[in-house]
Parts: sequence; C-alpha cells; structure tokens
Amino acid sequence: MRYDNLLASVGHTPLVGLPTMSPSPQVRLWAKLEDRNPTGSVKDRAALSMIEAAEADGTLTPGCTILEPTSGNTGISLAMAARLKGYKLICVMPENTSPERSQLLRMWGAEIISSPAAGGSNEAVRVAKEISAQNPDWVMLYQYGNPANADAHYRGTGPELLADLPTITHFVAGLGTTGTLMGCGRFLRENVPGISIVAAEPRYGELVYGLRNLDEGFVPELYDPDVLTTRFSVGPRDAVRRTRELLEQEGIFAGISTGAILHAALGIAAKAVKAGESADIAFIVCDGGWKYLSTGAYEGTLDEAEEALDGQLWA
Amino acid sequence: MAIEVSIPTILRTYTDGAKSVEATGATLGAVINDLEAHFPGIADRLVDAGSLRRFVNIYINDEDVRFLGGIDAEVADGDNVTVLPAVAGGA
Repeated sequence: MRYDNLLASVGHTPLVGLPTMSPSPQVRLWAKLEDRNPTGSVKDRAALSMIEAAEADGTLTPGCTILEPTSGNTGISLAMAARLKGYKLICVMPENTSPERSQLLRMWGAEIISSPAAGGSNEAVRVAKEISAQNPDWVMLYQYGNPANADAHYRGTGPELLADLPTITHFVAGLGTTGTLMGCGRFLRENVPGISIVAAEPRYGELVYGLRNLDEGFVPELYDPDVLTTRFSVGPRDAVRRTRELLEQEGIFAGISTGAILHAALGIAAKAVKAGESADIAFIVCDGGWKYLSTGAYEGTLDEAEEALDGQLWA
Repeated sequence: MAIEVSIPTILRTYTDGAKSVEATGATLGAVINDLEAHFPGIADRLVDAGSLRRFVNIYINDEDVRFLGGIDAEVADGDNVTVLPAVAGGA
C-alpha cells in the first residue's frame, strides 16, 4: 500500500485469525492488529481524528499548543501528528507509567507534565483541566469527551471489521476513554443485528483507585452504557497470562491491555462453546509489547509479574 | 459459604480497614443491606435513591452489575463481589 505521508497511513489494519486459541472451528477469535498503526497503537486513529476535527472547526490553528492528559499512547500519537503538522504538544501523564512512554514522547518533541501516581489517569485529567483553565489559548482536545475520538472508530475501525468479518457476532475492546467501544459499537449495532459489544476494563492496583473521596470519581463524557452488552473487569494476573499465551500460541507480541481484552474474549468464546453456538469474536490488539518491557510483565513467573505491575498504569 | 466482598481503600473506614468482608444475600441489594447491618453507613456510599451511585462500580465475578440488573442482580454463595470507585482509565 502506498500513501502520500505517514498520517495518511493511519488505519486499514489487518484482522488475523487465532487458529490455536480459538476453541473450535465454529467459535473463532480474530485479532485486529492496531499496533500496525504509524506510532504503534490504536490511538493514532483517535488522535488524528481529533486534530482534523479541531482544524476543521477552527479551534486548532497553525502554531497552536495542544494540551492532553494521557497515560502514553494518545500522547505519542498526538506527538507524532503535532510534529508533522507544526503544533506544540504538552502531555499531562501520571508518574506511574513505564519510562518507554515518556522517552518516546520526548523524542517526538512533546513536553511532559507529571501528575501524581495515586489516582492514576484520574489525576492526569484533573491536572490537565486545571492547566487548561489557566491557559485558555492552549487547545485541550480532551480524548475522554471528544466525539471525534469515537467517530474515528465509527468511520474507520468499525467498517473495516465488518468488511473483513461479515459474520462477526461479538466485538471486544478495552475501556479507557471508551472511544473505541462507543464508535465501533454504534457502527456494528447499526449494521449487524444481535451483535454483542463487550468491554474489558483493566483493574489496576489499589494506588490507582486512591481518590480522596468518591465525588472525585470519573466517567468519561463519551461513555454511553447502552452501546455495551456487558463489561468485565480484568486484573493484571489474567492480563499478563493472556498476553503471554497470545505470543506463545499465536506469535502475537502485544501490550498488557490486549491480554485483558483477550481474557474477556476467551470467556465469551467458552460460553459460546458451552451453549453450542457458533461465534466470530473480533478483539482489538491495542499496541505491541515494546513500551512495557521494563514493567516486568514479560519475564519471570506470573506472581513476579503481578507484583511488579502493582501500582503501575499497565494499560 | 458466603459471598466475599472486596472493599476499596476509600471505603475501608467503614470496615475497620478490612480489604474484604463476607456477606450474604440472594441479590446485590440484599448483600448491601447485609453489609449495612455490620458496617453502618456503607450502604449510603454505594447506593442513592435505589440505584448505584454514579462513581461506584460493582462487579459480580468480574462482570459489571449494571449489565446484570444493577441492585437486583442475582448473587450466589461463593461469588466474588468487587466494589471500586469509577476512575479514568489509561488512554
């Protein structure tokens, strides 16, 4: 495939079958390899879509400074696009993220403001909103509430999935901003009667839930529970186990959040087998494992990996 | 057998610091009532006017109860109930 430039090559990712992990010829798993995007994650779609929407409505003009709370991937995607398009980028990122992420952000020219580890992305969002209020000329694209995030998946990921897998019965993705699930979910529900839309939400260590009070909780503005069929919470042990199985059995080297998604997908596959139903279950490979090698998830025992991930934002 | 309920840090002031406690009940609502009987005040932090508070997520065996009938979700002996504050996910 030939493209005019790197940004034009976002999307159109392969969908590959998992012949070994699929439980039967009637119940099949399919991985959408979003790590094949330009900066190596699904977030290239949302980042480019949000930037283009802001350019189109005049919010973003040449030389602007973009501000964004991120645990890594969206920031990295924005940093690449900002560099090519001539914007400055400031990311608010929790301290408890892997060093690969801050290193990549700096390489693409982004400035990083650290937010406290306790509270995780919640704190990053809070700090970014404060900074945004103090700097009204900076543009916060705000992935948790920007419809262009979900729209990237409604226009791109969803139609790609349906074209490659017209027999799709289930779609499984991670729940962060909720953009992938809302966008793909809406598109697929409109086009595939009876489809199930399933969320896999990473369950972190206690530090990440360290709010001062419950009123500081957060539900992304993009989230509409009616789009989902159900939602699972997946802890680090299952996420790491599945991440390793995906590499060992299918050769796919994915990040840890993908392991959480695969865990939910396998649960659904097992239910379909038990019910004697056929199923084509597509799930998102959010990114490759490269940025998480330093977390300890990829070597040693599961106990060691689980302990190493405690307190880290692993997805 | 009973139902094991994981309590988040922020609500452990009600459980004398216990990370997980046991409760009984056939529905989530009944489990919460049972918790309230042992740990007065905790129900009000979880439920408001008969439904879960906006920033409270509860899971039965890792599935979000909002997709299982909410307060009326069925619970069985041996199930795990996990309470977590709703926080922003990684992105």
